[in-house]
Amino acid sequence: MVRLPNPQIDSLLGNPLDFIHFVDEIPVGILVLDRDRRVVHLNKFFEALSGMRIDKAYGVECHNILRSAACVNNCPVLTMGSENRSISCKSDMINMDRQKFPIRITVASIIDINGKTTGFLETVLDMRMVEKLDQRQSVAYSFANIIGRSPQMEKIFQTLPILAQSDASILITGETGTGKDLVAEAMHQTSEREASPFIKINCGALPETLLESEIFGHEKGAFTGAEGSKPGRFKLAHNGTIFLTEIGDLPLALQVKLLTFLDDKIIFPLGSTRGFNVNVRMIAATNRNLEEMVLEGTFRKDLLFRLNVARIHLPPLREREGDIRLLLDHFFTHYQRQLNKSIKGFSKEALVKLMNYHYDGNIRELKNIVEYAVNVSKTSMIEQEDLPAYLFDSIEERSFFPTYLTKSKTDYRTDAADSTDRDLLSGSSHKSLGGIDEIKSDETWPSVQRRMILNALRQANGRKSKAAKILGMGRSTLWRKIKQYKIDP
Amino acid sequence: MTYKLSIPVLQENIAPRFDMATEVFIILLSDEMEVKEKKTIVLPRSSSDELCHLMLSENITTLICGAIEDEYYQFLKWKHIEIIDSIAGSWMDALERWKNNMLNFGDILSDRMVEGKYIKMP
Repeated sequence: MVRLPNPQIDSLLGNPLDFIHFVDEIPVGILVLDRDRRVVHLNKFFEALSGMRIDKAYGVECHNILRSAACVNNCPVLTMGSENRSISCKSDMINMDRQKFPIRITVASIIDINGKTTGFLETVLDMRMVEKLDQRQSVAYSFANIIGRSPQMEKIFQTLPILAQSDASILITGETGTGKDLVAEAMHQTSEREASPFIKINCGALPETLLESEIFGHEKGAFTGAEGSKPGRFKLAHNGTIFLTEIGDLPLALQVKLLTFLDDKIIFPLGSTRGFNVNVRMIAATNRNLEEMVLEGTFRKDLLFRLNVARIHLPPLREREGDIRLLLDHFFTHYQRQLNKSIKGFSKEALVKLMNYHYDGNIRELKNIVEYAVNVSKTSMIEQEDLPAYLFDSIEERSFFPTYLTKSKTDYRTDAADSTDRDLLSGSSHKSLGGIDEIKSDETWPSVQRRMILNALRQANGRKSKAAKILGMGRSTLWRKIKQYKIDP
Repeated sequence: MTYKLSIPVLQENIAPRFDMATEVFIILLSDEMEVKEKKTIVLPRSSSDELCHLMLSENITTLICGAIEDEYYQFLKWKHIEIIDSIAGSWMDALERWKNNMLNFGDILSDRMVEGKYIKMP
C-alpha cells in the first residue's frame, strides 16, 4: 500500500491541526494537487462523489481521478496558467458507478509562504440538485424574478435564456422601472458565470473623477490622496459580470477607456503603466435614447456599436397587455404575506382605477402603489380611498377599457399592441376613435381598431390619406393596418 | 480463437473518458496472445454512439477503456463485448496485464509521482 502523509496546519491555532479532518468536514468535493496536477489529497466528500479512494488516487494525474469532460477538452488548471486567480467552469464527470452528472469545478492556486505556486486546490460541486431545481423554477410566464404574460414579454422570455448562455455584450433599454436591473441580474444568474461576482456600477451616481478610479481602479500615488492602490470594479468582477447601469450618463472620456477595454479586454488602472487582463462579461443599461445621444454627440457611436451586440428592449407597462393585473396580484400577494394582513383583494372601483392608470414609473410605481395600499387598508378589501391620492390628480388616465373587470384574465391579451395602438388608446378625442360610438365589452383591441379603420375609410370615401388624418395616424401605418386586418377598400 | 481488442486512447495512455476519445486502437490477437494486426482509427469527433457503432462493426470482443457511462456499458455488454473499464495509464501496460489475465476494473497503471518524485506502486 502507498504510505499516505499525515499533513497538519500549523500556526492557525495553538496546536497543529489535522489537515485531513479539516478538509473532510467541508461539504464540497476537494482535490489537492501538486504543481504537476497530480493528486495529493481527496476529501471524504469527493471520495463519496466519485467512488475513488485517496490510497488509489495518490500521485495519479488528476484527469484520471476527476474524469470530467473539462479535463479532456479544456483543463481549468491549465487555463488558469500562472495567474493567481481562481477559475470556475461547468462540466460533468463519470464516477466509478458509471453515473454521469453535472458538476461545477473551481480551481485556485496553492501559494507557499514565499508567494510561489506549489499546487492547486480543486473544488467539485455536485450540480444534480441545482439543475433539478432550475427545471422546476422555469415555469411559463417568468424568467428568474421577471413576471409577465404579454406577447412582448413572452418574446423576451424566449430570448433571455439564449442570450444568458452566450458571452456577448448586452444592452438593455427601457423606461425607468421596467426591470432593467432585474434582467441584468437574471442574465448573470443563469449564465456560466453565476458562481463569480456580479458587480453593478451606476455611471450616473458618481462624479467623473471618482468614477474612473471606481471602475478601473488606481495605483498608489496616482492622484493626491491616493494613499493605497485600489483594484477597481472591473478587477473585482473577474470571471463574472459587470453591469453598467445608466450608461448614457458615462462621461465621454470614460467612454473611450471603456471602448479600449471592449476591444482588448485589458484595463489600465489610473496611474498605472501596466494593464491587467480581465475576463468580464459586460451588460449595460440605460433609459436614454443612445441613438439620439450619438446624433447629439454626447455618446460615442463606436461604443454604441460595441455594446449593442445584443439588445433587449423592455416595454413600458402600459404596452404590456394583461400584465398590469398579473403584477397587481403578484405584488398584492407578496405584501399581504409580508405584512401579515388579512386583505382579500382589490374592490371593483379600486381595480378600475389601477387598471386604467398610465404608470409612468412602470413596475416600480405599480409596486409602490400596491405596497402603500396594503399598508393603508383597514378593511378586508383595498378601496379607492386606500390608493395614493396622486392617482386621482392624473388627467392622463386611459379612459376606456373599463371592461377589464368583466373579462377573464386571459382575455386581456391582444395581438396587435404596438406603439401606434397605444397612441390611439391614449388619444382623448373622439377623432382618434375613427367615429365609432361604443366598444362592446367582449370586443378585442384588433376588432375595435378594424372597425375604426372601416369607419374612417367610409367617412373619407375610401381616400386613405384622409382616413389616416381622421384616425390620427400616418398614411403608411394605415396601409400596414389595412393589410394586417385584410380590409379591401 | 482470436481476440479483437479495442482501446480508446489519448496519446500513449487510455483515454480518461470513453465518450471523449477520438482515437481508438484496434488490436487483433491470436490464441497465443500474439499481436497479429494493429490499427488506429481516428474519429472526426468524440461520440459514445459512434464508438459503440465502431465496436460492433469491427466485431470487437474486448473493450479496455477509462470512464464509461452505464448506458453504453450495458449496451456493449448486451452485445457480448467484454468490458474492462475505469482503467488509467499506458495502453501497453493494460494490454500486457490483460494478456496475463491480470487486468481488473478500476486498475490504475500510471506512474505515481508527487512533486517530481516517484512513489511506489501498491
